[in-house]
Amino acid sequence: MSDQGVLRPDFVAAGAPIPPFTAEHEAFRVSARGWIEQELLPHADQWEEAKWFPNEMFGAMAEQGFIGLKFDPAYGGDGDEVAAAVLAMEMARCGSGGVAAGLGAHMEIALPPIAKFGTEDQKQRWLVPGIKGELIAALAITEPDAGSDVAGLRTTAKPVDGGWIVSGEKCYITGGCRADVLVTAVRMEGTTRHDGITFLVIERGEGLESSPLQKLGWHASDTALIKFDEVFVPEENLLGAEGQGFALIMANFQWERLTMSLGAIGGMEVCFEQTVKYAQEREAFGRPISKNQVIRHKFAEMATKIETGRALSMHALRMHVAGENAVKEVTMAKLFTQKAAFEVADECLQIHGGAGYMVEYGIERAARDARLGPIGGGTDEVMKEILGKMLGL
Amino acid sequence: MSATEDVLKPDFEAQQKHFIFNDEHEQLRQSIASFVAKELTPHAEEWEETTFPDSVIHRMGELGFLGLSMPEEYGGQGGDYYCNLVLAEEMARSNSGGLAMGVAVHTDMAMPPIHLFGTEEQKQEWLVPAIKGEKILCLGITEPDAGSDVSGIKTRAVRDGDEYVINGSKTYITNGHRADVIVLVTKTDPDAGYDGFSLFLVPMDSPGVIREKKLEKLGMHASDTALLAFQDVRVPASAMLGQEGKGFYHIMWELQGERLIGAAGCVAGAQLCFDKTLGYAMERQAFGRQIGKFQVIRHKFAEMATKIETARQMTYMTAWKFNNGEYPVREISMAKLYSARIAVEVADECIQIHGGAGYMKEYGVERTWRDMRLNRIGAGTDEIMLDVIGRSYGL
Repeated sequence: MSDQGVLRPDFVAAGAPIPPFTAEHEAFRVSARGWIEQELLPHADQWEEAKWFPNEMFGAMAEQGFIGLKFDPAYGGDGDEVAAAVLAMEMARCGSGGVAAGLGAHMEIALPPIAKFGTEDQKQRWLVPGIKGELIAALAITEPDAGSDVAGLRTTAKPVDGGWIVSGEKCYITGGCRADVLVTAVRMEGTTRHDGITFLVIERGEGLESSPLQKLGWHASDTALIKFDEVFVPEENLLGAEGQGFALIMANFQWERLTMSLGAIGGMEVCFEQTVKYAQEREAFGRPISKNQVIRHKFAEMATKIETGRALSMHALRMHVAGENAVKEVTMAKLFTQKAAFEVADECLQIHGGAGYMVEYGIERAARDARLGPIGGGTDEVMKEILGKMLGL
Repeated sequence: MSATEDVLKPDFEAQQKHFIFNDEHEQLRQSIASFVAKELTPHAEEWEETTFPDSVIHRMGELGFLGLSMPEEYGGQGGDYYCNLVLAEEMARSNSGGLAMGVAVHTDMAMPPIHLFGTEEQKQEWLVPAIKGEKILCLGITEPDAGSDVSGIKTRAVRDGDEYVINGSKTYITNGHRADVIVLVTKTDPDAGYDGFSLFLVPMDSPGVIREKKLEKLGMHASDTALLAFQDVRVPASAMLGQEGKGFYHIMWELQGERLIGAAGCVAGAQLCFDKTLGYAMERQAFGRQIGKFQVIRHKFAEMATKIETARQMTYMTAWKFNNGEYPVREISMAKLYSARIAVEVADECIQIHGGAGYMKEYGVERTWRDMRLNRIGAGTDEIMLDVIGRSYGL
């Protein structure tokens, strides 16, 4: 410590990995980032324009072992939830929120309920090929008249011999146009409350129609309006118990919100790095714009949002992977990071000036994509309701 | 709203069960908390009028709270850095920002440089009695014409044989009236820029040390804040603390610990104010129900809780890096900036939720706001933090 008197901070050095990440996870981060930047990023513009990315990318992700990271090795997974968290952060580097969301919807929200509530037979039918990227799954909960208030669902399942007949509509379903199977929340005929909600896995077939919705951002992902017109669903496609759909929905919310939080951290990092570079190169009034104090402080404000958001999200992640009740922490992380990610993207757009408004620089896309954060996975307002109620209010 | 989430009850105790803390830290926390509740909090009101008595420092020395992370050979407890974090958090429960600050200046601002840079003789003379609570410390950086811009410091120390002669003035010096010794930042070589500063340990009873006045402040009333003058003050050359010409770097190092401890105090103070206001919102009735049952109020609490938790996690993560031996200046600046800001925002929002009562002295919320407001200025303003953070990215 005798040298401490002239100690100087090293801002470039990487510190120890923040728990629960280990050195192995950091090594995985490097390789995952490399693959994403090589295999996904170069295609982002084209896929955004096409409003679609090829289904083959699910297979490509599976080949890397990415889809199965958190799932049981018995079904082809890796059983490493923390590695899945690393991937969720790194997917933000693929250049398109829509690609990250389209692949993420399969991995992070549609397969987990099958893994958690599915029978052995169901796991063999959907989880195993899902992990291999041979089958694409989507989660279908939201309806035109029921979003955050899940109890208001109207898609109805009418019992018939050997199964149910399902009728109704779902909307905002990520991957809904391409999905082979829809993990669908339905209401058992004759019920009105949330204990009437049940999950059925509905395979694409007769009576199921899907059409793409146009959106502010997330252009590369297909977001579907889905119509079920008297679709027959066999009884072996009942996921979990009848009437327990609510618990099934809640079970994965924490993971979904965590991956969103981590993705937002990754997304903010990318935007920040790109904008620092721009500000150091772009000259105005005889010097790089980064040398203006106001610009420097904008970066400092953004960096503080990123790091505070990281600290909070890592805490929530540690609690979650330790099996603790992390509802409060995850809810806070989701609320904080989604708002921060949009603010950061918008500020980066501002620093880019006119260039930021142009499609070429990718910043306007980042801002459009980030705008979904405070809505998807439960709105900011719903997050605050959860927190307020936890406080007894 | 989900049924499952409705029935999950928050575990408020779990808030502090962060991985950086072990059972020993929890025991320490309880023993400090019980001391604070018994011996400090009941006097908070009174000390706002009188400033806190020196006997508090003596008592804390007796209890072993002043040298928690100092080596046992100097009378400390030999604990890790996290012990100081626990102390800062629990001292916030005294309900007296001024008291917490006065103690923190002693334990976390003036003491670490003596420990790290002091000679054995200096440690025996000042560190040992300071840990016992027999001698009180203060730190002199700011001057009437130089605050955050430390390079503008004018107080001069000129070599004269075996002695140095010091002339200048220092202001906003916490503990300046009660202290036995000051860790003083001076300029020893006016032409050497950042390499021209040196620190001295100057006994406050030295001839020529003049305690000019007790400064009146917005908040932190329980602490004494001094304007000091140094007129031909003579100290032996052995009073120099650390290396000659390295004073600026010594102080920049000192400020890092000070800022992080400040951040911890802000989080704890904000939490306390939040808890108190939550209790109020559940009791206070308006329009036929508890005001806490209004959605707008509920969301105010949700936002405040998120800010406090975010600040806490930032502070703990940074403390973890610091304790690992990293020198996380960027993260410390962020923790300090964010925590100080949210503490002021939370206190202000708590005043708002209290309504007219919040504006009254009786409820103590207005005092919290007044006390907290200093944190966005002291130990480096928000704007300085932003500059440090921005520059750390090469901007």
